[in-house]
Amino acid sequence: MENRPDTLANTPLDELIVCPICDATYRLNRPKNGERAICQRCHHVLIAPRRKAGLQIIAVSTAVVILIIAATVFPFLQISAAGKHNAVSILDAALSFTDGWLIILSLVTAALIIFVPLLRMLLTIYVLVPVVMDRPPARHAMKAFRFSEALRPWSMAEIFALGCAVALVKIADLAQVEFGPAFWMFGVLVVLVVAQDSFMCKWSVWDSLENKKNT
Amino acid sequence: MVGMGLLGKQEKYVTARAAGLVACTRCTKAWPKGTEVCGRCGHTLVSRDKMSLQRVWALWIMGFLCYIPANLYPMLKTRTLFVVEESTIIGGAVELAHHGALGIAAIILFASVVIPLGKFWAIAFLAISVQKQSTVSYHQRLRLYEVVEYIGRWSMIDIFVVAILSSLVQLKALAAINPGPASFFFALSVIFTMLSAQAFDARMIWDIQAKQKEAPDYV
Repeated sequence: MENRPDTLANTPLDELIVCPICDATYRLNRPKNGERAICQRCHHVLIAPRRKAGLQIIAVSTAVVILIIAATVFPFLQISAAGKHNAVSILDAALSFTDGWLIILSLVTAALIIFVPLLRMLLTIYVLVPVVMDRPPARHAMKAFRFSEALRPWSMAEIFALGCAVALVKIADLAQVEFGPAFWMFGVLVVLVVAQDSFMCKWSVWDSLENKKNT
Repeated sequence: MVGMGLLGKQEKYVTARAAGLVACTRCTKAWPKGTEVCGRCGHTLVSRDKMSLQRVWALWIMGFLCYIPANLYPMLKTRTLFVVEESTIIGGAVELAHHGALGIAAIILFASVVIPLGKFWAIAFLAISVQKQSTVSYHQRLRLYEVVEYIGRWSMIDIFVVAILSSLVQLKALAAINPGPASFFFALSVIFTMLSAQAFDARMIWDIQAKQKEAPDYV
């Protein structure tokens, strides 16, 4: 990346990249796969391409979609104490705020744990499949990817997983807890969600969407 | 790593604003000054968001107002056989500590008291520091901004713990846990502080620094 007033002035806009965190402007210098372009002023990672990242992300996203649906349906945790049992799914847990107007909170938690992560994965698949197959971008692909990026902080599956750990410790001496199949699915899911996030180079996606549209 | 350390001093960086450009914070593309919408991704372009601080403070106040009832009302209602207990966030943690579970009590106090209060302080500090001269370097302030952005979501863990406990512990006559009204306010408080942190335009951290060092004002 070059940031010098004399070279920047004559550079076409397409060959500039601006750090979203600190506004430093650079002349584009595409890193090779495995390399990273980092803003020299604030050390924000600007570009981090990986080989075959698109295919990997599609594979991981598909796995996550299947896991979310399965983990929502199958029993998640089962509790027993003094001969009484209770089994719940993730959807039951999310929808447990039922007292009057607390029901709004049920909708919010269900969205944060299940629907936002699911939607993000579906949007990612929708955007990336044509890119990986060298086809023109899907309709409204830019809008879809922008929406998916805006949803990023609201996808809280991994936080829910840690919440499970805390809840389990809290009731460990009160009752016996058994893990259902959904519990393990959810564990795998969290690892995959984190992996998907780290494979993705946002700049590369924008770049390929734009160039495919033009040609 | 590409491009590290090619050029000298930090204050020499040319910003998009100084170059007569406006940048898209979503997809990093540069456009001529005055462009309103990014031609690549459709994001609204603003060189420096002048309304940013007002939104930050409005959402900050909403978050803080919600945090007060979140601590006054009960978070959990626990019913065991014939006794109904209502515990607030801090009360529940103190009770756990009395029972000897110091570790969990510490986690709960950290996640629902230390982190939220720290977040309120950090956002307020950042918002004030971009308006005044600050002795804290921009690298430290950037680190603070990144920590707030990253850690803000994790306060939601409390709500998820309540959700899991109150769906799982439903053993008819034996024991039952139900959520209290504090959960609603706590969730609102987390959402408002997340929005407040998102409304903050990080590019402002550098502007005062640049003004001090270079003298000319680009506004």
